[in-house]
Amino acid sequence: MTQHFDVIVIGAGPAGLHAALASAREGATVALLDDNPRVGGQIWRQGPGIAPQSPLRALLADLSRHGNVTHFPSTRVIAPLAPRGLLVESAERGGVCMTYERLILATGARERLLPFAGWTLPGVTGAGALQALIKGGMPVRGERVVIAGSGPLLIAALATACAAGARVLAVVEQGSAIKVARFGASLLREPAKLRQAVSMTRGFAGTRYWTSSMVEAAHGEHRVQQVTIRRGERRVTLHCERVACGFGLVPNVTLAQALGCAIDEAGGIVVDASQRTSVEGVFAAGECTGVGGAELASIEGEIAGLGVGERSSVDGSSPELTASSRLRPLHAQRQRWRRFAARVETAFALQPAARIPPADDTLLCRCEDVSVGEVRAFQNWRDAKLHTRCGMGACQGRICGTAANVYFGWPSAAPRPPFSPAQIGTLIAAAGHPPQTE
Amino acid sequence: MSKSGEARVRVMIDGVAVEVDAGTTVAAALVVVGCASGTRLSVRGEPRAVLCGMGVCQECRVTVDGRAHVLACQTLCRDGQVVHTQKVNAP
Repeated sequence: MTQHFDVIVIGAGPAGLHAALASAREGATVALLDDNPRVGGQIWRQGPGIAPQSPLRALLADLSRHGNVTHFPSTRVIAPLAPRGLLVESAERGGVCMTYERLILATGARERLLPFAGWTLPGVTGAGALQALIKGGMPVRGERVVIAGSGPLLIAALATACAAGARVLAVVEQGSAIKVARFGASLLREPAKLRQAVSMTRGFAGTRYWTSSMVEAAHGEHRVQQVTIRRGERRVTLHCERVACGFGLVPNVTLAQALGCAIDEAGGIVVDASQRTSVEGVFAAGECTGVGGAELASIEGEIAGLGVGERSSVDGSSPELTASSRLRPLHAQRQRWRRFAARVETAFALQPAARIPPADDTLLCRCEDVSVGEVRAFQNWRDAKLHTRCGMGACQGRICGTAANVYFGWPSAAPRPPFSPAQIGTLIAAAGHPPQTE
Repeated sequence: MSKSGEARVRVMIDGVAVEVDAGTTVAAALVVVGCASGTRLSVRGEPRAVLCGMGVCQECRVTVDGRAHVLACQTLCRDGQVVHTQKVNAP
């Protein structure tokens, strides 16, 4: 079965939802895909007892007024199909082939997770992961939690954990105090972000926020019971039930890479003023083009949804002209939030200490249990993969490849479909559709 | 997070019945039921549990209603659902 849509949007976070809505307003038939069961992405994640937040509620109300948007929840892209097609696997519908005139990638970002001794112990998660799990109903009341890594996400995780009744013992930030303080002061230039920061940090005056510090090791029998933190020359060990450690975000570009889209040095998809990628008919918006937050993602999504530069108008009026007048204010806002993103990037850039690999016996690849020492014996990612199987397990190197990039500077290998574990039935659904080869 | 009047669903995890709020993820339910020491064994036999919480790392995979390799973090609990983890020895 093949379904055709004018526009397929991959990802239902801020960028994807805005892209879907803007496309729908233009009269396009839209498929909105997301691998999560509910829309909202990570930042507007819904859960038990968590009503949709106000921007999401408004978007969903707007979207529900358009009959031309089909939502595909719990749906993953397994492979690109030529020409302008995708093989997807949906929890409800199984394997489906889809074709499009225009594809909008709004695939977001994932946490940069860096290994340390004991990071495979149950109870160790990412920082954003802890937030996501709590929002999904995971109880943490009364648990002692250490939040670590880098970036504003640690503060968001702190707020979520405290609200859920956890005792956050410390927030451990690898960035330096001076850079973080400078960033804090720069929030005065963005009142909305300042308000957000103030509301998140209200009541946390007693929480320890350690800068220029790193988690060195998690210890425990069968699950985490203690964590050792390195603060300069000092080491501090805390008893805890959870360690939530993440070092900022990295764009999700697997599908973009497979389609042949150009990727920039920071790892984001290269886009032009209209959010067009280097591949015809493919747009990208939000964190997958460079991490910048929900406000930026929303604006980029709206621009991408307008589809400027592609045949987009359905009413026959000059689409380029009407679009450019609508685009001008959006471009101004995009510039503003990109400047903010650059300040975040500067403040929380990985310091040299965070780029030093942990001890050789620390596992790097969790899927295939391959250690740092085994991997570092090779000259590049490809050789390491072929000899050790690192990056060849279920996550396809999304976790360890990111770490290897930080430690050894190795670019990640071009992804090959299937992009994630798929059912045989899904692959059979693609029979008769040639896979896209670059 | 439980509010009175909110819908509850009942799932079976490794033979143990557990009731959670509707909208709870299977990953969260695994913690509710007490799978504190892991839900999967690594290739070398180490206990593992959810890491990324958002469908990337694949560490939280479980069997749901007979279907293997389902990501617990991206699956919502449904009434009558049967979940099996890879048995991990508790401490």
